[in-house]
Amino acid sequence: MLCPRGLSNLGGVLLAFDTATPYVTVAVHDGEIVVAERRSDQRMRHGEQLAPLIEAVLADAGIVRQDLTAIAVGIGPGPFTGLRVGLVTARTLAFVLELPVYGVCSLDVVALEAALGDRPLNVDFTVTTDARRKEVYLATYDDRGRRLDGPDVVRPEDAATDGPVAGEGARLYPEAFPDPREPVLPSAGWLARAVAEELAELHDPEPLYLRRPDAVAPGAPKRVS
Amino acid sequence: MSEPLVLGIETSCDETGVGIVRGHTMLADAVASSVEEHSRFGGVVPEVASRAHLEAMVPTIERACETAGVRLYDVDAIAVTSGPGLAGALLVGVAAAKALALGLGKPIYGINHLAAHVAVDQLEHGPLPAPCMALLVSGGHSSLLRVEDVTTGVTPLGATIDDAAGEAFDKVARLLGLPFPGGPHIDRMAREGQVTIDFPRGLTSRRDLERHRFDFSFSGLKTAVARWVEARQRDGATIDVADVAASFQEAVCDVLVRKAIDAATDQGIEDILIGGGVAANSRLRVMATERAEARGIRVRVPRPGLCTDNGAMVAALGSELVARGRTPSALDLPADSSQPVTQVVA
Ligand SMILES: [Zn+2]
Repeated sequence: MLCPRGLSNLGGVLLAFDTATPYVTVAVHDGEIVVAERRSDQRMRHGEQLAPLIEAVLADAGIVRQDLTAIAVGIGPGPFTGLRVGLVTARTLAFVLELPVYGVCSLDVVALEAALGDRPLNVDFTVTTDARRKEVYLATYDDRGRRLDGPDVVRPEDAATDGPVAGEGARLYPEAFPDPREPVLPSAGWLARAVAEELAELHDPEPLYLRRPDAVAPGAPKRVS
Repeated sequence: MSEPLVLGIETSCDETGVGIVRGHTMLADAVASSVEEHSRFGGVVPEVASRAHLEAMVPTIERACETAGVRLYDVDAIAVTSGPGLAGALLVGVAAAKALALGLGKPIYGINHLAAHVAVDQLEHGPLPAPCMALLVSGGHSSLLRVEDVTTGVTPLGATIDDAAGEAFDKVARLLGLPFPGGPHIDRMAREGQVTIDFPRGLTSRRDLERHRFDFSFSGLKTAVARWVEARQRDGATIDVADVAASFQEAVCDVLVRKAIDAATDQGIEDILIGGGVAANSRLRVMATERAEARGIRVRVPRPGLCTDNGAMVAALGSELVARGRTPSALDLPADSSQPVTQVVA
C-alpha cells in the first residue's frame, strides 16, 4: 500500500492503536507530534478496553472522530484473539469514517523506539515478544530500527543471543536473552510516528499470524462397544 | 421517533451475520459462512471461525447496507451478540460493533444470542404472543425458555445436559458417512427411509422426569446409533442409512416435541416458538405442529433462513430494545461466552 507522502504535510490527524501484546495502546498524532497517548492498565482485556481508550484519547487530544484523516494499526505478530480486536476495529472504523488504514508490524514499533527513542541503542539488535507455548515472535534490526530479518515464531533457546534484546521476550526468557533493553511493549505513539513520519514499511491491515490454526481432521469414528 | 433502524451483528459461531431491520421489517440479512472450512474437521474450529469473521466483517456490513438501501449514518443503533458463543468469535463481532458505534456516534446493545433467536420470529409473524414457550435447538444449544417479554424476561426451564441437538445430528451424520453439518443431510436421507429402529429417548423415563422434566440428553442416543451400526458392520450385514437416519431423527424430534408441549401445558402457555438451526428440520416442523394442534397449542417457526444464526435476529431484538427505550450497553461491554439467558442486554 502506498503512503500518501508525508501525512504531516497534509495536516493529517492520525489515530493509532496496537493490540498485539497483552496490553492495548492508543495515540493521536496531529501531523506534527503525538498529542495524546494512553495504555490499558489491565492485561488481556483488549475487547473491553480498546473502544473506551480510543474515546478517551480523542478527548485528550481535544478532537472529534470527524477530525481524523487516517488510522494506523499494529498488525502483530501477537496472540490472535487480541490482535483481531485491533484489526477489526481499525478496518471497521476506517470503513465508517472513510479513512485510509495503515498496518505496521508490531515488532517494528518496538524497534523504532529502541533505535530512535530517548535512549537509542546505536547498534544492531533483536526484538522479541511473547508468542506463548514457550515460543517468541522475533525480528532483527539495524541501528536505525530498519528490519533485517523476521518476523518469525521461534523457541527462545533456538534464537539465543548475547546482543541487546528489546520487547517482552527478553523479560520472559533471560537465559536466552541476557541483555534486556527498553522498550518492553510497543507504544501507539511510536506506531503513529512510524506512519506519519514514514519510518517503517506500511502494510494492509492484515494480521501477521505466523501460525496455522490448531485443527486436526478427525480419523474414523471412535468405537463405542 | 419513527420505527428504529437497527444494524445487528452476529458472530457467535461460524456465520458472520449482518442484518438491518426497521421496526419489525427486515431490510437486509447478509451472511458469510465459514462452514466449508470446518467441514473437513467434522465440527467448527474456533480459530478458523475467528479468522473468517475478521475477513468477512467489513464486506458483510457493506453488503447489508447495499441490500437495505440505507446509509450507515441513518442507523439509530447497533446491536451485537455479546454471548453465549465461542469467545474468540464473539469478540470479533463485539469489537466491530463498538467501532461502528464509535464511528457513527450511536448507542450499542450487547444482546443475548438465545433471546435473538426468539425475537427473530417477529420479522415473519409479527409481535410475539406473551407469554410463549420457546424451544431453541441448534448445534450449540438446546433449551426450553419461558418468554414473558423478550426485552426483559426470559426464564430457562430446561436445557441439554450433554450434547446439543444439532451436535447429535452432526455426530450421527459422521457415523453414517454423511457430510458436516449433519442436519440437512440426515433430513434428506430420512425422507427416503422408514422409522424401523426404536432408538432411546433421553431423559424420558419416570425417574429422569423427576429431576430433568424439561432437560434434554442426546449423548445416549448417539451412542445407541453407533452401537447399532457397529453391530451390523460386525455381522457383515448391510446398513440402510436412510432407515437409520429416519429412526434417529424420529427419536430426537419426539423428545423435543414431547418436552416442549409438556412445558407449555405445565405453564399454561398456548404458543410454542421453535428457533435455532435444528428448527429447519422438516420432520420437527411437521411433528410439532401436528401434536401441538391436537392439544390446542399454536406453533410458530420462522422460515429456515431465519432459524440458523444470522444478523437480522440480532437487529430484530435490538430494534425491540430501542422501541421500548431500554438502556444501551456501555462501550466497555465484554464478549461473554457463557452469558446467561436471563441477561437479555449485557
Ligand atoms: Zn444460534
